[in-house]
Amino acid sequence: MLEINGVHKTFHAGSVNEVRALQGVTLNIQDGSFTVVIGTNGSGKSTLLNAVAGSFMVDEGTLHLAGQDITRWPEYRRAALFGRVFQNPFSGTCPQLSIAENFALAAQRGFQRGLGWAVNGGLRRQVREVVARLDMALEDRLDTPIGTLSGGQRQALTLLMATWQKPQLLLLDEHTAALDPKSADQIVTLTEKIIASERLTALMVTHSMQQAARFGDRLVMMHRGQLIEDFAGERKKHVRAEELLERFQELRRSDLLDESAAEMLERCYV
Amino acid sequence: MSLLVGSLTIGFILSLLALGVHISFYIFDFPDITAEGSITLGAAVTAVMLMKGWHPLLATPLAFFAGALAGAVTAILAMKFSINKLLAGIMTMTALYSVNLRIMGRSNIPLMNEKTLVTGVETLSQKVLGASSVTFLRWEVSARDIGQLVLCPVLIALVALLLYSFFRTNLGTAMRATGDNAQMIRAQGVDDGKMIILGLAISNGLIALSGALLAQYQGFADVQMGIGMVVWGLASVIIGEAMVGTRDLGYTITGAVMGSVLFRLLVAIALRWGINPNDLKLITAAFVFLALVTPKLIPYLKSRKRRFAHA
Repeated sequence: MLEINGVHKTFHAGSVNEVRALQGVTLNIQDGSFTVVIGTNGSGKSTLLNAVAGSFMVDEGTLHLAGQDITRWPEYRRAALFGRVFQNPFSGTCPQLSIAENFALAAQRGFQRGLGWAVNGGLRRQVREVVARLDMALEDRLDTPIGTLSGGQRQALTLLMATWQKPQLLLLDEHTAALDPKSADQIVTLTEKIIASERLTALMVTHSMQQAARFGDRLVMMHRGQLIEDFAGERKKHVRAEELLERFQELRRSDLLDESAAEMLERCYV
Repeated sequence: MSLLVGSLTIGFILSLLALGVHISFYIFDFPDITAEGSITLGAAVTAVMLMKGWHPLLATPLAFFAGALAGAVTAILAMKFSINKLLAGIMTMTALYSVNLRIMGRSNIPLMNEKTLVTGVETLSQKVLGASSVTFLRWEVSARDIGQLVLCPVLIALVALLLYSFFRTNLGTAMRATGDNAQMIRAQGVDDGKMIILGLAISNGLIALSGALLAQYQGFADVQMGIGMVVWGLASVIIGEAMVGTRDLGYTITGAVMGSVLFRLLVAIALRWGINPNDLKLITAAFVFLALVTPKLIPYLKSRKRRFAHA
């Protein structure tokens, strides 16, 4: 399905702010699988997702989706294949446009946009029906600008929009991180429901160990721009949040050790 | 009376400028200065074509395409070559000054003796009214003025309706979304660069059309006529916003038209009142400054007051 092959990305190369965000990531995602990516802050997990989505071009390596080489495709062209939900709940929708108009934009994902009416009766009916299932009382507010809604409501709508046209791959970038606990919970449940009922292939980045343990059929862990763990099958089923947390603490300790060791060497020899 | 009729007519003609400025500044969030060049470009192209004996109904729409081309150039400079948006506009505007002189061949083309939309309207309204002027509440108004005052709003309403409908289509909605949230629209598979190129083309097309109408109304095209037009357009849009708010697409389009007409009326009143016409641009700029700053100033003053109250 998605083949990420030896992907490298360095930001601000050659400057003091140089960040080697991805250092040779190779990952194969099977059709119909739900892969969760976790990692420490700055491990490159969101960068990996953005590399797949095409927010920037990778320095090295290739990306293939369903046999097509998408490595050099611009972001908007890749969007025909991907549904995306962002960490910032305001990124996925247009605040000044109405709920119905936002869905009209999503309904045309992957098509050439022409001069047909964006919002027509048929679409309005479908949107009303789908939005009603959210139980957020939004179905009677289809003409309100989306900017007047809460972050949780907007994220729920973004999720529905991302899956309106069945995506080949659903990309979720810490999509509950910026929400209050109650909304986050609602979005998590909704995500699970949609992925199961539409049988979507999904790639989700999260910082929550609970989510990582609970979700998906595969779990990969990133650290310093590399994949360091890959839990699949039975191993993934039995992984617990505490276990993951412990693995993280281990990483942090070894990081500290690296630094203090370097300092000691510097003191002794420089 | 003729001052009133005249300012209403100019207000309607320049509402196309206001609509263009509204599209670039507000819908696309693109501070496009090209307008100052493209309004003259529209006037120049139409004036030259009229001199060559083209029918005004053909020469006038041609201005739209010339303006669209100019807008597209600015957008391509900004989007494809990553040049600062303001600078891209300034570059095109500066280049257009030479282009306009080339097109016109001199700095001013009089249209007094050409067959223009105005003469067309004059003959039409004389035929309809059966006289060259009518007396309306003691005032004598020429048939030409009445014709212009009736037909201009009709034309503008038509353009506004077309624009409104366009922005309701799939393509138009994607364009509005581009200015609102570019990240979102890229994630929906739209090339936002292409949308901005198309958007500025439409914006400058309308502005050039405004220039073509203005040249025919005032009876000449002049290479200097674009100076200060962006600020005039902004002033109209701001007045329109104050009247109808920023609620909905239909309201904002109507607001831009209403704002332009009201702005010209205010200008007429100011001139009647004895303001030196040379000071008009300074006053307009000061007005736009106040309109942009006041909304920010009020909360600031309030918070200061609160701080003093606490102290």
